[in-house]
Amino acid sequence: MKKAEFTTSETAWCPGCGNFSILETLTGVLNEMETPPSQIVLVGGIGQAAKTNQYISANGFSGLHGRALPAAAAIKIVNDDLTVIVNTGDGDSYGEGGNHFIHNIRRNVDITHFVHDNQIYGLTKGQPSPTSDPCDLDHITDACNMSASFNPLLIAIATGATFVARAFSGDQEHLAKIMHAAINHKGYALVDILQPCVSFNKKNTFAYYKKRVKPLDDTYDPTNKLAAMEKAMEFGDTIPIGILYQNQLLTYKEKRPELFDAKPLIDKQVQLEDVQALIKSYL
Amino acid sequence: MYNLLLGGAAGDGIETMSALLEKILKQSGCHLFTIRDFMSRVRGGHNFTQIRFGNTPLAAHRDTLDGLFAIDETTYKEHCHQLSSNGFILCDDSLIIDDDRVMRLPLKEAAKKIGNPKVVSSVAIGSLLKLFDFSLTPAADIFKTNLRADLVAVNLSALEKGYNLVKPRFNLDPVQTSDQILLSGNTAIGLGALASGLKFYSAYPMSPSTTLLDFFNAHGNKMNVAVEQAEDEIAAINMAIGASYAGAPAMTGTSGGGFSLMVEALGFTGIAEIPLVVVDVQRPGPATGFPTRTEQSDLNFVISASQGEFPRMVIALRDHADCFYQTARSFALAKKYQLPVILLSDQYLADSTTTLPILNTNDIVTYSPEPDALPEKERYRRYALTASGISPLRIPGKTEALVRVDSDEHDEFGQITESASLRNQMVEKRMHKLDLLKDELIEPEFYGYEHCQSLLLGFGSTSGAIKEAVDILNADVENYGALLFGDIYPLPINQLKYYAAQVVEIINVEQNATGQLAALIRQEALICCNNSILKYDGRQLSVDDILSGIKNMKGGF
Repeated sequence: MKKAEFTTSETAWCPGCGNFSILETLTGVLNEMETPPSQIVLVGGIGQAAKTNQYISANGFSGLHGRALPAAAAIKIVNDDLTVIVNTGDGDSYGEGGNHFIHNIRRNVDITHFVHDNQIYGLTKGQPSPTSDPCDLDHITDACNMSASFNPLLIAIATGATFVARAFSGDQEHLAKIMHAAINHKGYALVDILQPCVSFNKKNTFAYYKKRVKPLDDTYDPTNKLAAMEKAMEFGDTIPIGILYQNQLLTYKEKRPELFDAKPLIDKQVQLEDVQALIKSYL
Repeated sequence: MYNLLLGGAAGDGIETMSALLEKILKQSGCHLFTIRDFMSRVRGGHNFTQIRFGNTPLAAHRDTLDGLFAIDETTYKEHCHQLSSNGFILCDDSLIIDDDRVMRLPLKEAAKKIGNPKVVSSVAIGSLLKLFDFSLTPAADIFKTNLRADLVAVNLSALEKGYNLVKPRFNLDPVQTSDQILLSGNTAIGLGALASGLKFYSAYPMSPSTTLLDFFNAHGNKMNVAVEQAEDEIAAINMAIGASYAGAPAMTGTSGGGFSLMVEALGFTGIAEIPLVVVDVQRPGPATGFPTRTEQSDLNFVISASQGEFPRMVIALRDHADCFYQTARSFALAKKYQLPVILLSDQYLADSTTTLPILNTNDIVTYSPEPDALPEKERYRRYALTASGISPLRIPGKTEALVRVDSDEHDEFGQITESASLRNQMVEKRMHKLDLLKDELIEPEFYGYEHCQSLLLGFGSTSGAIKEAVDILNADVENYGALLFGDIYPLPINQLKYYAAQVVEIINVEQNATGQLAALIRQEALICCNNSILKYDGRQLSVDDILSGIKNMKGGF
């Protein structure tokens, strides 16, 4: 199939939003890949980040708040020819969709999950998200967590995810590298992408992240699970970015060789004689 | 026609024994209708199976029993009032039951003598077969094909031993039943889905829908169906929606509680125009209600579930054949009109087994549209506004067309819009499907005396009992008819208006407390029922309940 260009369209984001550089980086990554737009499905839930799929010329699935992952997993299960990429926010992924986040890690369907994590609810205008920093009780602001903060990377590694990474929207070269690796990874791949919310998050700004993010160096071993869990707990003056953990476990499809072969499930025809034979077994 | 009840505590093996006995009775030339009544527990309590058998097709259970096989005294206490005066109570001689009808036999001792106390139920089957004057040959055949090879001989001895303990009391002229299948409602739904090309089934276990998940788990791999036990019902339906978007005929099944969790996503299928079949195997609610029992109280809920307005179709399954053929039809309708189709079943239908003519995959309704001719280079519009009101449905990855769907209000391409005029066009396009569906609707089945004065109305699984009640009432004086709704939303009203104009009274017969069918009929057809027979104790309305309901009306009003 002839390779068509991925293009972007006008967005509904605030000027200066971190989503712009994620959109630009993702489009660049897609254009560098061999896969044509018709074979890519971009899935989102609801929120500012979830709108990403609206702005790239590929197949798009804008689902319900929190429910991007189950839909994305099923799309991949029934048609393995498709490359399925979820773009959605921290609230969508870890709040409303928290249960699906955990269980889709366990499923290990070969999909990619880019969480645009701005540590705040943007579309609903400034409420704390599960990843918002904990409140300083002497100085409570709008967008801090009175509850404990959620650590998605630690949870993901603990739950058995085989690709867990963090990136920063402000370092597009690094982000592109991580995106490529995540898409190429066999199995569920999570990339938590830090991005500033210019309208509502006055703490975790571009400058805040820029000062703190530090790419993992070449000596870091992403296959060491316990070390990766320790690394996932670093989130302060230094925020490590890169592939914190990567491993290879059997994917959803690989665990079911009797159901999946080279042919996607949707291309397999129902054999009515098999169904009729099954009916006859009740004679 | 006879009615036999087998009862004991959960874990006593009643279900295993009943399943074997049913097969033997069918093999012996009987039609069957068996209901299962069990508690929400794994051990203890009181469970029973009631097997009605005879030489004509059966579509409902009856209350009066000819025989009672009691594993424990509780079974006797719970059911002795149902036993006819010439009926029998078969039990082990260790039980203390003071009743002239009791036959206390050394069942356990016989099993012990054979050398395996576990074969006691085969001893009992032997005695039961003799009591109804059946030969042992069909039983031996069933034992040989259904039991583990090393257990056949010992069970055959047990069977014979039991057979020789009693003398025949009843008999029945057998008929040809080798062309009949014996299955449950949930199995028939599963088979109907497979016949229509199901590729994806996702669900969270919930009684009484769980056996449907079990069915697909058992047969999915061979039939090319991906079966996913989701983390919750929200995931289950959103997975099914994703699979359907990607081109896989998809279904999810649950009961009312799980359906409650699915509600937002139901609306998503409506606005995103994604074909989907959802099975609601009803149980008494609200909340946890009666987990293993039956009710028809979700009708109001499923016809209006989810915020906003969107088209849907609801089909109430009336019998086991409906479970197969209407499930298959629901896939065709969901695909043709790109909307959710909800199948309403219930525990009674799901868990009951019956004999019925073999289901035929060639007789199902299918829908295979011509591929749409998209002009070269023209951008695909998933929500194209067309003369027919239906947008050509494509799936991602199969053409160069980019398929974009949206839970937001959208334009023809599936892009988010805030436009007032597009909003109007899209709402009208979607709601127009309800008009289109009217041409698809199957009118309720009329049963009974054409010039009836009294009309009974029912939907779903009570249909068999209503029909039998109409026959009994008409044998007395020809006055009764019934309309039995399968398609229920949108409500077909032609037959209803026709008969309502001629009858003196209309009686709605429903397994719920508020008369939900009657309310729907008032809303859609401006027809009021004069009287009702309602039951909501979790136990299915029987023929006898309907007959006594009518008798009380005549006396009491």
